[in-house]
Amino acid sequence: MTSLAAKPSISLSRIAIYAVLIGAVLIYLIPLVVMLLTSFKSPEDIGTGNLLSWPTEVTTIGWVKAWATVKGYFVNSIMITVPAVLISTAIGALNGYVLSMWRFKGSQMFFGLLLFGCFLPFQTVLLPASFTLGKMGLASTTTGLVLVHVVYGLAFTTLFFRNYYVSIPDALVKAARLDGAGFFTIFRQIILPMSTPIIMVCLIWQFTQIWNDFLFGVVFSSGDSQPITVALNNLVNTSTGAKEYNVDMAAAMIAGLPTLLVYVVAGKYFVRGLTAGAVKG
Amino acid sequence: MATLELRNVNKTYGAGLPDTLKNIELSIKEGEFLILVGPSGCGKSTLMNCIAGLETITGGAIMIGDQDVSGMSPKDRDIAMVFQSYALYPTMSVRENIEFGLKIRKMNQSDIDAEVARVAKLLQIEHLLNRKPGQLSGGQQQRVAMGRALARRPKIYLFDEPLSNLDAKLRVEMRTEMKLMHQRLKTTTVYVTHDQIEAMTLGDKVAVMKDGIIQQFGTPKQIYNDPANLFVASFIGSPPMNFIPLRLQRKDGRLVALLDSGQARCELPMSMSDAGLEDREVILGLRPEQIVLASGETAGMPTIRAEVQVTEPTGPDTLVFVTLNESKVCSRLAPDVAPAVGETLTLQFDPAKVLLFDAKSGERLGALGKSQPVENMGNVTRLNRN
Amino acid sequence: MSSVAVFSKASPFDALQRWLPKLVLAPSMFIVLVGFYGYILWTFVLSFTNSTFLPSYKFVGLAQYARLFDNDRWWVASKNLAVFGGMFIGISLVVGVLLAVFLDQRIRREGFIRTIYLYPMALSMIVTGTAWKWLLNPGMGLDKLLRDWGWEGFRLDWLIDPDRVVYCLVIAAVWQASGFIMAMFLAGLRGVDQSIIRAAQIDGASMPKIYWKVVLPSLRPVFFSAVMILAHIAIKSFDLVAAMTAGGPGYSSDLPAMFMYSFTFSRGQMGMGSASAILMLGAILAILVPYLYSELRTKRND
Repeated sequence: MTSLAAKPSISLSRIAIYAVLIGAVLIYLIPLVVMLLTSFKSPEDIGTGNLLSWPTEVTTIGWVKAWATVKGYFVNSIMITVPAVLISTAIGALNGYVLSMWRFKGSQMFFGLLLFGCFLPFQTVLLPASFTLGKMGLASTTTGLVLVHVVYGLAFTTLFFRNYYVSIPDALVKAARLDGAGFFTIFRQIILPMSTPIIMVCLIWQFTQIWNDFLFGVVFSSGDSQPITVALNNLVNTSTGAKEYNVDMAAAMIAGLPTLLVYVVAGKYFVRGLTAGAVKG
Repeated sequence: MATLELRNVNKTYGAGLPDTLKNIELSIKEGEFLILVGPSGCGKSTLMNCIAGLETITGGAIMIGDQDVSGMSPKDRDIAMVFQSYALYPTMSVRENIEFGLKIRKMNQSDIDAEVARVAKLLQIEHLLNRKPGQLSGGQQQRVAMGRALARRPKIYLFDEPLSNLDAKLRVEMRTEMKLMHQRLKTTTVYVTHDQIEAMTLGDKVAVMKDGIIQQFGTPKQIYNDPANLFVASFIGSPPMNFIPLRLQRKDGRLVALLDSGQARCELPMSMSDAGLEDREVILGLRPEQIVLASGETAGMPTIRAEVQVTEPTGPDTLVFVTLNESKVCSRLAPDVAPAVGETLTLQFDPAKVLLFDAKSGERLGALGKSQPVENMGNVTRLNRN
Repeated sequence: MSSVAVFSKASPFDALQRWLPKLVLAPSMFIVLVGFYGYILWTFVLSFTNSTFLPSYKFVGLAQYARLFDNDRWWVASKNLAVFGGMFIGISLVVGVLLAVFLDQRIRREGFIRTIYLYPMALSMIVTGTAWKWLLNPGMGLDKLLRDWGWEGFRLDWLIDPDRVVYCLVIAAVWQASGFIMAMFLAGLRGVDQSIIRAAQIDGASMPKIYWKVVLPSLRPVFFSAVMILAHIAIKSFDLVAAMTAGGPGYSSDLPAMFMYSFTFSRGQMGMGSASAILMLGAILAILVPYLYSELRTKRND
């Protein structure tokens, strides 16, 4: 990229720019550093030291305790997130394919209706959704949460694929139809092999959304079916017993690690998903 | 190979919307090369999509051979198409691109291999078979797209502006190559273009379209020499035909057009039957190559002296612009004629070549096909020059 | 016109092919119509009933809305949303734009720095809330840290101060979202036509002036999108409040999303909860409609 700066000479203004940028880096990093430091301290250490003091003795007791508490909920989150991400991405891909390449009367209107779903404040659907889940016998189950995440993830997954597919020339589908290929053959053999980037974007977006969800988790689950975010919140905001900040921080790290890991590994797709979802949605 | 016939084909996208195609009547013989030409939005691409079955027609019938294919899906029509964007499947290699249609039609692998080999040899793309489309140049992609069409050996080939994405030099090369290939394979072909030179050079038959209506259907020669209306006359030919609006008058019992260059006047006698033409607002059409330098050989033809305003030497010709009846008029002269601006030339016309159009409707006046070929005009129609 | 015959010749396979796109989309259409619009309507209906712990369909007109407007806690939540939303949007924009402009100056290790700015966006608001709750802990958090570092008189007890607790939410939310705004603007800056900047340089404009007068105004669409997204996050903010303050002390840091949740699901006030949800939807529509309107208008002008 060509930059706007005239000359990268060492001037006062450049020093100031670097100072601001590095200062900001420190501010963004501090909460993470504090979390890590605290999670490896003993409770006594936390009481005597301060946020950024090095642990007098590095101990994993916080992590061990935290893991013992949230392990089951961590597994719940996996059981909710994995199927919900896969199903909503698959449906989104098919929807996007139809909405971009097999338009019919009313499909544009449907797309408009769906788009609004990206902005929908979920508070307006919580009650009817919980009634419905109750009727279906899925209240307080991870299956119920999978269903809810699939339904309310559709707007974004469809949007991702539809916007990606509209940039693919129509002629490709026409050529395949003349070659004798049908709806699913074209999708499987021509469109899907071209979709790797958007599949990545969609998977990562859905993964972070569903893993990080709290609202659906707290409303539609209870006890043993709760996802990690709800368990973390319960742990941190419990009013019984002495506060063990090292356990809190370790649990918060455990809850945050999967999405952080994805971000570090596939940050490119993460950012693209954010901006794609943002600019259009 | 098969014949193609369009019977009164209509297409509209809904009640109340203007018709996209109106009463299209066309037919070509087996092995003929049909050109659909017209400005963008004229309906030529829609018509091609209708022939392919990618869009359904709302009236009429499309016949391939003896079969009415109007209601058939694209795959059953046995048609292959080459797209403007080539539409190569980007994730497949060149070989897989060519094989795709054959595999879907469940041809056995040894036949497929033979077919791929034949096509690759024909188009000289053997060395590209294992590459992906993204690794090919525009010209190579174009060849692969043609190869994909040829491999299927369909009844009819459709080409949708296949050369328009190529640069100028390659376009001319490929044009010649396509003509050679058609001469060799004798495939029934429909070719959409907005380029009138492609239309003239490639087609056995040309259909000029505008606003969803076929303005004229005929051989390139008919279209060029005998345009049905002002639109066809202006669309075909480069540099375009000169148009001079004027009012016809009767002098000594003959119908004449009075031309005035500011320096001189000239009476151009009309050759067509003069019924109802007298005192009528018309547009007189004259191709640049039909305005020539006066010479002794064709004495007796009307001449006029006119001042040169601009000259454009193009290499093979010199285009000279003068003013007649306040219209800018182009004359196409031999390259060695290099008049200076401001110089006065004596120009000569062949009244038999003059075309008349109604000033209001643009319709051709005087019967079609009446213009007689004139020998020794010195400057014959040269279409392929630019 | 003899169009009648056109479809009759289609084979069953062709007919299926023709219907496939609609069939594939049908389940989603059903889901959207029922799960989105049907449910909104359902909630809308509930907001006119006297539902408490269980839904009832005894209509009480606008009574629930009237109760809502009489409810002090709702007004605190709404006022908090205005303060929180306004500050969150404003500060995130300023920080995001500033960092984006600075990062666009051919900075070494730009990719690394960008990664650091953006990572909070990958975290759950619950994790963010937990972390900041600890950082802002009166007596043990930053409060103590700065005193330990020698700033004797430093006091930071906003988390238990009913008048200031909402600022804690703002700090955490800005920390989470400003990097994202930076990324949006950076992408926008990279899309600015370089020749415009060169032309301005030739005209003799200084760099800050070029940014202020030429570059940033050309990022108007990014600006609107950013405001839109931030406002959307603010209105939906629930998890952050739940994790950091649970609405407290008292209900001084309540936001409408929190209000809706606790009245609907904890306090058995379904009717009033629904009314508050409908008002939240109204708030989203109030920013969404003008935004979409201007978006569509500019697109048409293109």
